[in-house]
Amino acid sequence: MKKYHLLGLFSNFDEAFAAISDIRHHKIPGVQLEDVTVISPIEHPEIDEVLGARPSHVPKFTLVGSLFGMSAGFLFLATAQANFAVQPQGGKPVIPLPSNIVLSYEMLILFGVLFTLTGFLLGARLLRKRKPLYSEKVSLDQVGIEMELEEKYIEPVKALFRQHQVIEIREEVVK
Amino acid sequence: MQHKDINEDIRWAQINKDVLRSMENPRKAYWISVGICLALLSLAVIAEIYQYNVGLGPTNLNWPHMWGLYIATFIFWIGMSHSGTLLSAILHIIHADWRKPIYRFAEAMTTFTLMTAGLFPIIHLGRVWNMYWVLPYYSDRGIWPNFRSPLVWDAFAISTYLTSSALFLFIGMIPDLAICRDNTRGWKKKLYTVLSLGWRGDDRQWRNFRKTYLIMACFLIPLAVSVHSIVSSDFAMSIMPGWHVTTFPPYFVAGALYSGCAGIITLFILLRYFFRFEQYMTLPILEKTCKLTFAIAMVWTYLNLIEYSSVWYGHDTVAKELLIDKFTGPYSPYFWAMNILGSVLPFTLAFEKLRRHIPTMFAVSILLNVGMWLERWMIVSPTLAMSYEPFTHTVMWASWVQWFIVIGSFGWFGLLFLVFVKIFPSVSMYEVKEMIFHRRHLANKDIAAVMHRRSSDPQPSEGH
Repeated sequence: MKKYHLLGLFSNFDEAFAAISDIRHHKIPGVQLEDVTVISPIEHPEIDEVLGARPSHVPKFTLVGSLFGMSAGFLFLATAQANFAVQPQGGKPVIPLPSNIVLSYEMLILFGVLFTLTGFLLGARLLRKRKPLYSEKVSLDQVGIEMELEEKYIEPVKALFRQHQVIEIREEVVK
Repeated sequence: MQHKDINEDIRWAQINKDVLRSMENPRKAYWISVGICLALLSLAVIAEIYQYNVGLGPTNLNWPHMWGLYIATFIFWIGMSHSGTLLSAILHIIHADWRKPIYRFAEAMTTFTLMTAGLFPIIHLGRVWNMYWVLPYYSDRGIWPNFRSPLVWDAFAISTYLTSSALFLFIGMIPDLAICRDNTRGWKKKLYTVLSLGWRGDDRQWRNFRKTYLIMACFLIPLAVSVHSIVSSDFAMSIMPGWHVTTFPPYFVAGALYSGCAGIITLFILLRYFFRFEQYMTLPILEKTCKLTFAIAMVWTYLNLIEYSSVWYGHDTVAKELLIDKFTGPYSPYFWAMNILGSVLPFTLAFEKLRRHIPTMFAVSILLNVGMWLERWMIVSPTLAMSYEPFTHTVMWASWVQWFIVIGSFGWFGLLFLVFVKIFPSVSMYEVKEMIFHRRHLANKDIAAVMHRRSSDPQPSEGH
């Protein structure tokens, strides 16, 4: 069965959320809330509660990056110091903890930031080819609801969108 | 008199239009400023070429004055970098939404001041071609830098701060770059298409964006504090009188925030004028920034007095003599000027009438930063002039080479900043939209109806 991308553009969050609310309450049997993607010029503060909790894995990347930065930074410094024993130590340990902690902390932050960025790029699915149904009006002032649907659901969903004063509907066959 | 931080009736489309227009059509004063910056920068280029060819001799840097204006200005620029990212991050975490129209240029200020500051240790070396010696790399002879030295910590801390703050600036700009992509043509569209990384504003992207931005803000606050603490360690970890002071790390951080806030006021006023941003960079926001600057100025003043009194009542005779010399010796005019500009002048910020008078605030913000620059100079030079050995007591006045490079650094910073605000949106469009949305809608009872559409909420039809 053919599948379609459908994009409905609304003038504000209220109408878009009302349409999502109807989908959540199974006004169209077979269409799930999980099929809905909201595209908007800003992030609505209640979006997670409207769409339900959807996870973000960015903090896990941050944790891994920070731990890696801290430990790899300390190991790097300690290895360099242990291999450079001719450096005058002034009675201090060859691998001094206080000064190495300062630099390891900087590495914790650096790698924490870099891994967070990686998590963001992967989690947000950036650096991918944009879907053709994107509308430039979303970056201006309109709110979009995008769905990937089987052919039989297209008309009911369009009708639902129209009930909620949709401004424009675009559709495209999924290749 | 305007009391609201922003006009809540601005339409979202108008915000896009105003900001995008600013990137096309600035006032003439913008181009005059670019010309001034280029002229200043050319002074530095001439001086650096001369210094490169003949060495450090003509700068008047000589034992015991191995550090001079270069290091003082390095600390000044590092300090200036703090307010941008730090204030943006702190205000973001505490949900102070008045930051939204002004944080973008403040973050850009951070990145460009760091890029300016980073030049000074290199110029200060004289032999600029050996600057990579400070980096920890494996050499043929197995030599590593001394990781116990705060100078090496500087290299780590500043490069980490520059990387992180540049990424913080960039990530915060991605939704706006997508707006630029959707509204431009030609080479600009290609540039924004690449930089916006395929942003389309779907809920997945926003969710990850918010998490990322918050995490980075949390990282940047301790990072900014650590960077200037480490810079203060360049002095405090030595045994030199006037430098070996326990309060130096918080003193440096307060001074950094202070000069950064004053810098934000200066740039706020300039951008407001250049790009006709009266609707976004409003007087109430300027007032809030001024109040913040005043508070930080008082913290700085307190730490300054703590330093004086701890030296005065301490048992370090040489440090006490140095303090007296700062008040009465050859550097005293500059020392007094620093105290007056840094501790007395900020009281102008306590008066509402003055805070709302833009020309006064412009002049005050510049004078505050003159005071902050003098502070850094008064940290570096008097100590070297009045150290432990009396036979080394000598005053060094910088030559034209040092002055030209110092003055040129302002041109370099100004040029980078002005090019940035012409190519990239200096007001965050999506954040201003959010600010207006929150203020206009969340206080409105009508939103309750929308909120009832949450999955967990009882529905009106359920009889609650």
